[in-house]
Parts: sequence; structure tokens; C-alpha cells
Amino acid sequence: MMFSSTDIALLISSTLVYAAPLIIAGLGSIMSETSGVVNIGIEGQMTIGAFACAAAATMFHNPWIGIICALISGALFGLMHALACITFKADQTISGIAINLLAPGLSVYLCKAMFDGSTQSKPIDLQFKLPKLFSGVFPGTPQISLALENYVSVYFCFILALAIWFLLFKTRFGLRMRSVGEHPRAAATLGVRVYLTRYICVTLSGMLAALGGAIIPLSTVSFFFPAIIAGQGFIAIAAVIFGKFKPGQTVFACLLFGFCKSLALTLGNPKYGIVVSAHLLSMIPYIITLAVLLFVGRSHAPKASGRIYDPTKA
Amino acid sequence: MTKLKSVASRVWNDTFLFTVIAIFTGFLVGAVILLATGINPLTAYRVLFEGVFGSAKYRMYTLQYATPIIFTGLSVTFAFKTGLFNIGAEGQYIIGSLVAMMCGVSLNLPAGIHGLVCVLAGGLAGAIWGVIAGLLKAYRGISEVIVTIMLNWTAFYLSNLIVMSGSFKKPSSSASYDIAETAKIYTEAFKTRYGNVKIHWGMLLAIAAVFIIWLILNKTTLGYSLRAVGFNRSAAEYGGINVPRSIAASMGISGLLAGLGGACQVCGVLVRITQLGNQEGFGFDGISVSMIGGTNPIGALFAGLFYGGMKYGGSKLNTLNAPSELINVVIGTIIYSIAISGAFRALIRFLKAKKEGKPL
Repeated sequence: MMFSSTDIALLISSTLVYAAPLIIAGLGSIMSETSGVVNIGIEGQMTIGAFACAAAATMFHNPWIGIICALISGALFGLMHALACITFKADQTISGIAINLLAPGLSVYLCKAMFDGSTQSKPIDLQFKLPKLFSGVFPGTPQISLALENYVSVYFCFILALAIWFLLFKTRFGLRMRSVGEHPRAAATLGVRVYLTRYICVTLSGMLAALGGAIIPLSTVSFFFPAIIAGQGFIAIAAVIFGKFKPGQTVFACLLFGFCKSLALTLGNPKYGIVVSAHLLSMIPYIITLAVLLFVGRSHAPKASGRIYDPTKA
Repeated sequence: MTKLKSVASRVWNDTFLFTVIAIFTGFLVGAVILLATGINPLTAYRVLFEGVFGSAKYRMYTLQYATPIIFTGLSVTFAFKTGLFNIGAEGQYIIGSLVAMMCGVSLNLPAGIHGLVCVLAGGLAGAIWGVIAGLLKAYRGISEVIVTIMLNWTAFYLSNLIVMSGSFKKPSSSASYDIAETAKIYTEAFKTRYGNVKIHWGMLLAIAAVFIIWLILNKTTLGYSLRAVGFNRSAAEYGGINVPRSIAASMGISGLLAGLGGACQVCGVLVRITQLGNQEGFGFDGISVSMIGGTNPIGALFAGLFYGGMKYGGSKLNTLNAPSELINVVIGTIIYSIAISGAFRALIRFLKAKKEGKPL
């Protein structure tokens, strides 16, 4: 078995495509975690984002309207999580689980209601998917074109990662976010508005998760179906832990997970005479994460992450 | 009499009342969504409840649907009572069903014993899957939530790997071979009475498990020390309890219950494992069951029956062209309401204290 240079180019290309939703959703998880709120609902928020985007994009024949609708749906479910965790002081994991039931349930319900009882939305026409960048930029080298002529989302997610790194570590708001996530009481005594900061972060987290979901029907598959996310939200969360809650390292973790997935699919092609089972390869990201947690040491979440902040209690 | 009254008022004041309100809220939100999509909620809910209670056969189906999620609900409840959040019931369930299938296909044992061996092996496998998370938590301090999410997906792909492997895959199908006749644990005795409903011994085992777990938690030293660790780890350690071993034991028992659920489902209902396209959600249903049951073993039994009924009755909604996913929205709303109920309880306590003029 040998990989040709074309195979490698395709592998790079699909790694980028599979990693992009994970990176965007992972950045969403970082936003929420940094401010001290665990968001397990990423999975559900990605699903509703994918549905809202697919439904709107087919209705209005425009990918950007799809993305706007996804952002709105994500904001709503982010706000819902914020309301439970911050105002009502609910257990953050339980609220996240409720969202993981509600959002996909609502997505499939609405899908059936809108598309004549089908669990699949109508496909988005090819010309209404996301545009590709760098087409025809590398005419002499078809391999490089194959690898890098890619959806705009692929490049956008790296810019977004850079922007969030900048936000977290180079701006006042980022400092406030981190202080609220590490020690909310100390932050509050210095005049930082803990509730407001967390509300903003958790809502943005839902929006980013939904955006991560939205680009899936606009790039890889053309329609919404119930298993469209199938655990990618949880992989994004794993990548964030793997990446020690930092944007840069999370991007690398997502690329690794995306590479495993695209390798699993590539090796599934009969022309390679299957040496390794695709199921085994799909297992790798999870086992790597466990091994990293076990041997490399703990990944420290922001100190106040998952804890309820109640200013009336000492 | 006064004792009875105080018990009644305690139940009423706390969990029970809020669960009822949460369930009501769930159906209310469901009704709004039904209305918004042009379906009469009253008709839809009538179809749902008739689908559950309409005939003896339907009630038996409800029992069949409820059994695995009573197990996973109990699993999550047990972990919760000992201070652990077992999101991994899903993976433990998958491993339990996988090992039960492997024993059912490959072992050659007399009827009766074979089924028992399969179920126990499945339970044991689930326990091992749970203990892994327990050990990582106990000795490395890694959150069991994260570890079990990873283990869920590892179990998922492991199941697909083995089901689709040469030794277990039934040719030209995407499922395993059927388990041997001797390994099946359902009884044919009820067959004519209830159509195709499979009444199996796992149902009795589930009910027995509920009471055994209640006993362990409330009436034994083991249960006491496990709960003590969950309540205050440092105090438990000071009191002479081996904390890491307790955490591993808790996750082991929790995994055992989920594994038994998976094993009983394979030996009692499915008789084979199909390649999974997506997580089937029995473990996640278990979290819902545990929450609705107020993280109480007896509560998990009733919540499991409720959820089982909803899942079975929900499938009948399709006859109205009302998507059965409505059930997920209703259950999700119930869980969300229960999650935020703490704030309302605090409000009620506050108002009560104010009324009685007590200092806060």
C-alpha cells in the first residue's frame, strides 16, 4: 500500500474540512469555560445550528442567511444555558444535558414539520454552499490546489482562533473573563460584573457552537439529518481539555482529531486493501485524550469552572 | 399518624411537588410547539396516553421499553448519591450488551445457565468500564465526566469493531449473529397473550436491582461510606474511609447496573447487535430518568416507567403526522425545569421564612 501525492493532498484537504467545525465549536467551549461555566450543551447547540442553517439556506437560497439563522438559534440556546447556570444557579452539567435533549429534539421535530415528515432537510444547491478560496491560485501544482483550494470556513476558523486568543489575553474584557472564571468573588470586589460577563461568554459560546454546526451542511454534506453532529460536540470538548483550555493548543488538538477522522475514511477506501479497521481509527482521538489525561498530567480547567457563583453566600 | 404526616409533607415539599410541576411544564411547552406547528395538542396527548395505557399489550411494551432505562437510571442515581456524575452509563451499557452478545454467540451452555452467564458477564464488563473512570478519578483526579464521555465513544466504536469483525458479523448483514437459543432470557409463555412483546427476566431483575440498591445505599456500611465520600471527601478520609477505593467501587457498581441493562436488552429483546450509526442514548436516558426520579432509587423505577411509556407512546404520534421527537422536547424541558427548580425552592424558603418572621 502506498499513498500517492494526490492521496496526501486529499488527506490534508479533508483534515482541514473535518477540523473546522470542531475548532469553531471548541472555541465556543473555551469562551464558556474561561468565564467559569461548563457547557456540555455544545453538542445540542451544534445540532440546532446545523438545522437552522440548512433550513434557512434551502429556503432563501443563500448560505449567509443560513449562518445568521444558526447564530440566532445558538444565541437562544446559549442564553438558555446562561439563564439556568447563572441566574437560577442550576447544576451546569444537568442544564447542558437538558439542552442536548431539547435542541436536537426540536431540530428533528421542526425538520419533519417543515420537510413533509422527512428527517432530512432538502439539499442545499451547490452554488449556495460556502465559496472556496484559492481556486486557480496554484495552476502548476494540482496537488497543492487539491489541498488548499478549500471552503472559506476552513480559513475562517484559524482567524477566529487568533481573534479569540487576542480577546482572551490582550484585551480588558479577556482579563475580566479570566478573572471571573478563576475567582469570581475577587473579580466582583474589583468591580467586574460577574453575571454580565458570564452571560456574554455563555451566549457567545452557544453562537460559536451553532456556527460550527452550521458550516457542516454548507461544506461536507448538503442537508440536515439527525446524526449530522453525532458526537462532534463532545469531541470539541475533548479537544479543549486536550488543548488545556488554550485556543492555540485546541486548534492543534482539533486538527489531530480531524486527521484521525479523515484517515479513517481514507483507509476505508477498498483500493488500499484495508489494513486497519475504520472503527479502530475512529476510536483513536478518544484514547489519545484519555492517555494524555493519564500520562501528561491534568488539564487544569479555570478554577471556578462548574461552580455556582452566589454573591449572597460566603 | 404524625410521623406519616411529616413524611408526606417532606415528600410534598421537596422533590415530588417540583417533579410534578416540571412534568406539567414539559407538557405545556410541548403543547405550545404542537400548536405552533398546527397540531391540536389535546388530540396528540390523547394518542400518546392511549398509546401507553390503551391495552394490556401496550402496557407490556411500556415495560419492555422501560427496563433498560430503569437500569441506566439506577446506575446514574447510584453514582450521583456517592457524589459522582456518571455520564458514562451509555458506554457501560454498550459494553454490557457487547459482551453479553459475544457470550451468547460463542459459548455453548445449557439453557438457563447460558442466559445467566451472558447477563452476568455483561454486567461485569460494564462494571470494569465504570471502574476505569473511577480509578482515573480516584488516583489522578481527572473528572469522571470527561473520562466517561471519552469511554462512551470508545465503547461505541469498539462495539462496531467487534460486531463487524469476521468472528461475529453475520454474512451479508450489518449485524452480529443471533445469540444461541439457550442464551435468550425471554419467556414464550406470554407470547400469545401479548402479541410480539418479549416479557423477559431482566424486568424482574430491574425491579430487584432497585430495591437492592436502595438497601445498599440506606441500610449498609458500604452505602454509608460511599455516600460519606460523596458528601465530604476530606471528612470521610478523616473518618477512616479509603476514599480512592470508595470512588472506584461506586463507579464499578454504577457501571455494573448499566452493563446489566445492556445485557438484558440483548438477551431479552434484541438477540443481536446491529452496527451503530449513532449513540442509542440509553445512558443519556438514564440521566433523565435519574433526574426525574429525584436521584432516588425508588424514584428511578417510576421515572423509568414514565420515560419508557413516553418513548413507546411517542412512537404513536407519527400516526397524527406529529413528529415523535416531541417527546425529547418534553423530556428536555422537564430536565431543564428540574435543573432550575433549586432557585424556586430557595424562593419558597425565603418567602416562608419572611412570613413566619424568622431571621434568614
